[in-house]
Amino acid sequence: MPVAPILPAETAAANLAELKAPYTAAEAAIEASRCLFCFDAPCIMACPTGIDVPSFIKKIASGNPLGAARTILSANILGASCARVCPTAVLCEGACVLDDRDQQPIKIGRLQRYATDAAGARGASLLPRPAAPNGRRVAVVGGGPAGLGCAAELAQLGYAVTIFEREPLLGGLNTYGIACYKMKPEVSLQEVELVRSLGVELRPGVEVGRDVAVADLTREFDAVFLGLGLGEAQRLRVPGEDLPEVLDALDFIRDLRTRPYHEVPVGRRVAVIGCGNTAIDAVTQARRLGAESATIIYRRGEEAMSAYRFEYELARLDGARFLFHAQPVEVVAADGHVSGLRLVRTRLAADGRLEPIPGTEFVEPCDLILKAVGQEKRAALLRSWFPGLAVDGRGVVGCDPLTGATNLPRVFTGGDCGNGGREVVNAVGEGKKAARGIHAALTGTAAAPTPQPSRLGAAGGAFGAGLNRPIRVTEAAPAGAHA
Amino acid sequence: MADLSIDFAGIKSPNPFWVASGPPANTAYQAHRAFEAGWGGVVWKTIGDPIVNVASRYSALNYGPNRMIGFNNIELISDRSADTNFREIAEVKRRWPHHAVIASLMVDTRERWHEFVRRSADAGADGIELNFGCPHGMCERGMGSAVGQQPAVAERITAWAMEAATIPVIVKLTPNITDVTAAARAARRAGADAISLINTINSITNVDLDTLVPEPTVRGRSSHGGYCGPAVKPIALNMVQSCAADPDVRLPISGIGGIADWRDAAEFIALGASSLQVCTAIMHHGFRIVEDMAEGLSAYLDRMGCARLTDLCGRAVPTLQKWETLDLHFQRVARIDYAKCIGCNLCYIACEDGAHQCIDLLPPEQLGVGPGPGRVAGKPVPKVREADCVGCNLCSLVCPVDDCITMTEIDNGLPSLTWTQYQEGLQRGTMAPLPPHP
Repeated sequence: MPVAPILPAETAAANLAELKAPYTAAEAAIEASRCLFCFDAPCIMACPTGIDVPSFIKKIASGNPLGAARTILSANILGASCARVCPTAVLCEGACVLDDRDQQPIKIGRLQRYATDAAGARGASLLPRPAAPNGRRVAVVGGGPAGLGCAAELAQLGYAVTIFEREPLLGGLNTYGIACYKMKPEVSLQEVELVRSLGVELRPGVEVGRDVAVADLTREFDAVFLGLGLGEAQRLRVPGEDLPEVLDALDFIRDLRTRPYHEVPVGRRVAVIGCGNTAIDAVTQARRLGAESATIIYRRGEEAMSAYRFEYELARLDGARFLFHAQPVEVVAADGHVSGLRLVRTRLAADGRLEPIPGTEFVEPCDLILKAVGQEKRAALLRSWFPGLAVDGRGVVGCDPLTGATNLPRVFTGGDCGNGGREVVNAVGEGKKAARGIHAALTGTAAAPTPQPSRLGAAGGAFGAGLNRPIRVTEAAPAGAHA
Repeated sequence: MADLSIDFAGIKSPNPFWVASGPPANTAYQAHRAFEAGWGGVVWKTIGDPIVNVASRYSALNYGPNRMIGFNNIELISDRSADTNFREIAEVKRRWPHHAVIASLMVDTRERWHEFVRRSADAGADGIELNFGCPHGMCERGMGSAVGQQPAVAERITAWAMEAATIPVIVKLTPNITDVTAAARAARRAGADAISLINTINSITNVDLDTLVPEPTVRGRSSHGGYCGPAVKPIALNMVQSCAADPDVRLPISGIGGIADWRDAAEFIALGASSLQVCTAIMHHGFRIVEDMAEGLSAYLDRMGCARLTDLCGRAVPTLQKWETLDLHFQRVARIDYAKCIGCNLCYIACEDGAHQCIDLLPPEQLGVGPGPGRVAGKPVPKVREADCVGCNLCSLVCPVDDCITMTEIDNGLPSLTWTQYQEGLQRGTMAPLPPHP
């Protein structure tokens, strides 16, 4: 049976409404007042963009939300989307000193949302006027978080920046690839407008290599930033994979962000292959769109999944099933449509490798299969553009983590194609660092760091360490063991 | 259980907790509720010639999420008739014969003072409090703080009251004066039986930044109000102790000013108060707060080995001395317990920007303190340079963790040296000048 939409518009909209309501002014003031206003705070250092968190929270507490937004946006131009999609529990909130007093950490993400909401479309007016044009041009390939972060920083430094984006809309995964209950696409598009208002030229629907020659980029621009992100979903390599009801999870998520919810087909019984955060977004939204069952199928055990613990908990609360130690063998079809997934149980062999257990095959009935086993790297494409570009064995572009510089002069990178696939906030931070790297390479001078009143500053030799030397916070242990 | 009952200048009360003269002490109904809740006494809302009040009357100082850490009012004395007030006092005394009811009075002429003092006694009041402190509304008419701010006037009017008094008289002092002990001594000279302090402080709590009119607002205008609540406690303690330590005062003191729990009460008692008056905390939370106040104070007295309240009264008074009697050679330094430090670095920035630059932020590896709360790789840890620490306390005050920063006494082997001794030594040539701080 072909799949079809299940729920009426109103029900689907209610089910996919934002999980976390915005704070009221009173709620924000009370939460902000709990902040100790640490100096050289761990939350700053845990933020890949080095937002001066205590300073912006203090401004919220004093009733200065626009000032708070200024602090946020001057460090992270995508502060509004990061407020919603950052895994704060393993970043700023995971570093909050209140964790060490057995108290709830400050809800930094929600406060950041409150401040950036207050700024709304006025974000650009809060930032300092961009520097006078310096006559230099930079091409940014890819209009996702890394490209936007790089372009915004360069524009503020006086560069003429052009972003080439093959999709009709900019924003990358923020626009196309986030669960709707976390963030609506409008937030991402407003950020794109913010970047545009800084003077950045946006060229959506333009694919480099097809519509624009790479040679033209390197000839017409002083530097190129590669922010292409990742490519297509990896294939399962099992028979039946090309049946119409076998989709990339990201395409399913994209559908929800570009069409009315009630027009998005969803199966009655949905199987999601993989157990990363994209898999969680897919399985949870499938449930919220009316799937009677939605099951994560993962060839390894619970302990090995890459989804964050809080994502896992959310999916469980939404009634998702988890089938661990099961690996697809074949997509089973009836009348040309998916009817099930043949699986085999797996175990760890003595040598540590995963192996199927003979004789354990079974069929999990399903009518929609969503693949979320990772995305292809862009290595082949990038090598065709820049034959000398250094790419590591995983297909990740090699770069200096502090400057984004690749092995080629005037070619920089950041975001997923330079880190292999991390958070939105990592991409923004890397784009920003690359912008500073580009500035240093082209002018021989370092860009002045963003003032951060709550940092040690030059005296401590650690200015901007939140951006350049982020600390890593280990994810908190799950609350309560699972049966 | 320690005995909380008191005999305050002849006024007997089952406990030292009295409802102060103010809105909570306006009616017999409130007095009944107060006594049912456990209050030992009520100082009636000031009785005088009826006035007319305005709307609005109160405003508050909030701090962060905390409401009403300070409070101000432009409400006047009782707006009920003297007949009503004295009749209700009589009613309350009939029902609560063993509780204290004190009539607060404010009138103008000698004859009126005589009349109101007599009527208070006739109504069965256990005592009288002379309101020489109200800083708004009444002082413009030559009453309230207009009296209390001039010791000679206060003395004369107190004397008028004493001429007619057959029950103990308490003089309530205003803090809106340079030296409160001058007013206290005037009360003593006039023969008063006790003093109570402090009344409210002249104040403007805030300005509405949209209208640019301070609160409380009365049709686009405001007026200077009387300030009270938890934020005034340090001022009240200072004045209570000053009166308690003054050899020319020697009167029982009813402590007032920001008392909200048993700890506040114990501090006032330790600094010389022997009864306590509470208003703002009741206005905030109701009469029910007295249960914890009584229970907590009693438990504290037990812990301190005090059988009754008088055993605690004034114990802290002599520990306050003039600055020139303090030991210049006493030394202590801040020490950080790294097992407790959560890494907020508030001590660092307070010392760095607000004090004496004696704390460094160093890599934890360099300090050898190992992992602990708040310690993550690469994040610096505060370390006190003890040789430079002046022992000012600031870091320990800003530290959000109890007992994390301890001010530790250092034995420097030097004998005690007061400023007075130092000056004498310099004059006699037996001492060299101490080196100035670098």
